[in-house]
Amino acid sequence: MTPSIRNRLLGIAALIALAVFSLWPRTVTVRALGEDGRMQDMLTRKTPLKFGLDLQGGIHLALELDESKGAVQNREDAIDRALTVIRKRIDEFGTNDRVVQKSGTERIIVELPGERDPARAKAVVQRSAFLEFRITDMQGLFRDAIPRIDRALARAGVRVEGADARPASPLAGLLQTDSAAADSTAADSAVSGPGVLSGLLFEGGLAGEYLVPEEFFPRVDSLVRIPEVAREIPRGLELIWGAAPRSQGARSYRPLYAVDRRSIITGEQLADASATIDQTTGGAIVQFTLTRAGGRVFGRETARHVGDNMAIILDGRVQSQPPVIQSQINRNGQITLGNADLREAQDLALVLRAGALPAPLHIVEERTVGASLGDDSIRKGVTAVVVGAIAVVVMVALYYRIAGLLAVLALAIYGVLTLGGLAAFGATLTLPGLAGFVLSVGMAVDANVLIFERIREELKANKTVRAAVDAGFQHAMSAIVDSNATTVLTALFLFQFGTGPVKGFAVTLIVGILASFITAVFVTRTFFMIWMERRTATQELVI
Amino acid sequence: MIRLFDNASYDFLAVRRTAYLATALMAIPGLLMLAVRGVNESIEFTGGSLIQVHVADTSKTIADVRAALAAGGIRGAELYTFGTAQDYLVKVQVTDTTGGATGAAQAVALTVDSTMTAAFGSEVYRRDRVEALSPRVGSELRTKALMAVLLSFGATLIYLTIRFEWRFAIAAIAATAHDILLTIAFIALMDLEITLVVVAAVLTIVGYSLNDTIVVFDRVRENLHKYRRASIYAVLNQSVNETLPRTVLTGGTTIAATLALLIFAGPVIRGFAWVMTFGIVIGTFSSIYIASPLLLLIERRWPGEDIRGTKTLDSPRTQPTAVPAD
Repeated sequence: MTPSIRNRLLGIAALIALAVFSLWPRTVTVRALGEDGRMQDMLTRKTPLKFGLDLQGGIHLALELDESKGAVQNREDAIDRALTVIRKRIDEFGTNDRVVQKSGTERIIVELPGERDPARAKAVVQRSAFLEFRITDMQGLFRDAIPRIDRALARAGVRVEGADARPASPLAGLLQTDSAAADSTAADSAVSGPGVLSGLLFEGGLAGEYLVPEEFFPRVDSLVRIPEVAREIPRGLELIWGAAPRSQGARSYRPLYAVDRRSIITGEQLADASATIDQTTGGAIVQFTLTRAGGRVFGRETARHVGDNMAIILDGRVQSQPPVIQSQINRNGQITLGNADLREAQDLALVLRAGALPAPLHIVEERTVGASLGDDSIRKGVTAVVVGAIAVVVMVALYYRIAGLLAVLALAIYGVLTLGGLAAFGATLTLPGLAGFVLSVGMAVDANVLIFERIREELKANKTVRAAVDAGFQHAMSAIVDSNATTVLTALFLFQFGTGPVKGFAVTLIVGILASFITAVFVTRTFFMIWMERRTATQELVI
Repeated sequence: MIRLFDNASYDFLAVRRTAYLATALMAIPGLLMLAVRGVNESIEFTGGSLIQVHVADTSKTIADVRAALAAGGIRGAELYTFGTAQDYLVKVQVTDTTGGATGAAQAVALTVDSTMTAAFGSEVYRRDRVEALSPRVGSELRTKALMAVLLSFGATLIYLTIRFEWRFAIAAIAATAHDILLTIAFIALMDLEITLVVVAAVLTIVGYSLNDTIVVFDRVRENLHKYRRASIYAVLNQSVNETLPRTVLTGGTTIAATLALLIFAGPVIRGFAWVMTFGIVIGTFSSIYIASPLLLLIERRWPGEDIRGTKTLDSPRTQPTAVPAD
């Protein structure tokens, strides 16, 4: 063996070792939800090859500021703060390889691979989690204003049977909801009532609490938003709906609360929150602790309002029934969550700990893949790779025989190098990526074919074996370089402009082409050199 | 040991008119179809939502699913079977351009969920995939896809001009444009949905087709230097023939790979696999029958010395009589 061949073999061995090392399972930290509802770090061994959302299931979200309810001041700052809050929440949510990043200046991308409950993930990401405590309307100012509101509505021409106040649903044409039916019944029953609004609500058991039959909820909600009505609502008060309907007998009512516009404290003063089950009622509760400064403010305010009802408002909805303030409360309190289960309470505690979003966000893009579809895709994709590779190997081996076997060996090395390269670059393997892999197997033989064909031609021109092999490699080179370069160029643009799955395809293609180039011009060449060394005497090359 | 097309000497350039005709026969109906039916863009470009559901009960048919959706109040949705008789796609296009649109798309997904669970039970019904995009994100993606296609075209043109000579570059690009045109015609004829992944497939065809053409042109470049006295017609024909075994073998292995994708990789990637398979057949065809005639055409239109570094021999005066006159 000549020193040159030995060096080449060492080079090949080093490349393979590098690729295998990149693929070797290693110990990584995995975060998962523990028994206590908090995140825990656990160690596990896995191959550092990342699978895309389409292969392992999961969720991809793109979020933007929702300005449908008013413009957001200082958008860039709002996005940056939202990013921090979402990152904090997701860190506690417990998916590996999670991504929270800004895309452009106004969009946030959230990716949770392997997440099995996308609805829950979406809720955690999107929830504003703005918590505030406000005193309800203890003087009954809103009750006194109801007749004025009825008159204002009449003046504004809102008739009892008027359908123009129906909430404009973006789904109006698509989903036939019950709102149309509810509107007509609302109108019917209100005819007998004294006024448009007063005919739709009843006074509740607490000061400032009103009950609206659930079927009239959309109608009343749109009525109180009419500017003429908003003007008549007493200064310093605000109407806020309850979070969940309440059943009384056979009927279901939605509570509506008149509360102070001013909040006595907000979630910004929260230091900690945790979920637990109330031992006496069996319902889920969230216990919270305020910061020292927040505790002082809260203590002062609650001392002033002993005997009053305090509404706990989360994201613009009153949670459960406002409790009566029995005595001064300082740093610790709790939120009772009606019929929520422990998991929901844990999610709430989580978003409260992470803090509120500075502005509401809406989802502009969602891609969710279920775990079973992901598994199915992996299985099918791998089948395609295996079948495709076998077909290619059989064709090449039949066509070139011994030289073909060299090419097949080179192809196997190519496979290891490509996978190793993907792992080393931290690339994500997607279903189109697997397709790219199959494709590059087909194309990887191309470089070998170019060389072999060239050697055949050189042999035909009566060159010696050694000269033919040298000339074959040398002459095939320009075609190999040019054709690979254009494919890499195309793949680079795909990478630049593509989204998740397409990016995966582009990466596999680029890594595959690099690997095929190395194997063809370096590995196959070395094999030829070894082979020729043995056969110099016979001067015979079967190709 | 097999040797295909050993010492082949077909006169490929002689049948170039037949090749053009074959191309036209394929392209014109396809493009007409495209003009009539319009582009079948996926919701990735139009905005809307797509929900893939699985109904595990084999006695349920698409009619049951349609009835369940209708009972749930979902109107204006398209319903397809997807791969198997148990998998369905529900597609809803949302044309609303306001921010609420994805809200609508999301709500559709939720309604499909609750409707189907109510109709079939959670044991039988499973939601496999949701894609929901606002129309604005869709049009952004459309712009990006177009940018990717145009820029990669531009970049390859520049690369080819640097590595070869401008007439080679134009012929290669024209041959690639021909492949793209035919692939688009094929997409239209098959009524395939244009998704981001299908666009990626088309771009890969660009790469592959150029690759094929470049191998032939590389040989042309070499032969032009080697056989300085031969006509360009003869050199082109010889180059195509010399590279023929490689063209056919590489085409064969690559098609074997894409066929494996088409057959085994499942419905999610099927559109991609169709486009790749067809594109590689066309890319192989064009590098034999289209690219070289185009180079001949361009060389005759703009004769010059730089195509082989010396004054061309292919002026009408020096053309050998053995070669059929054009």
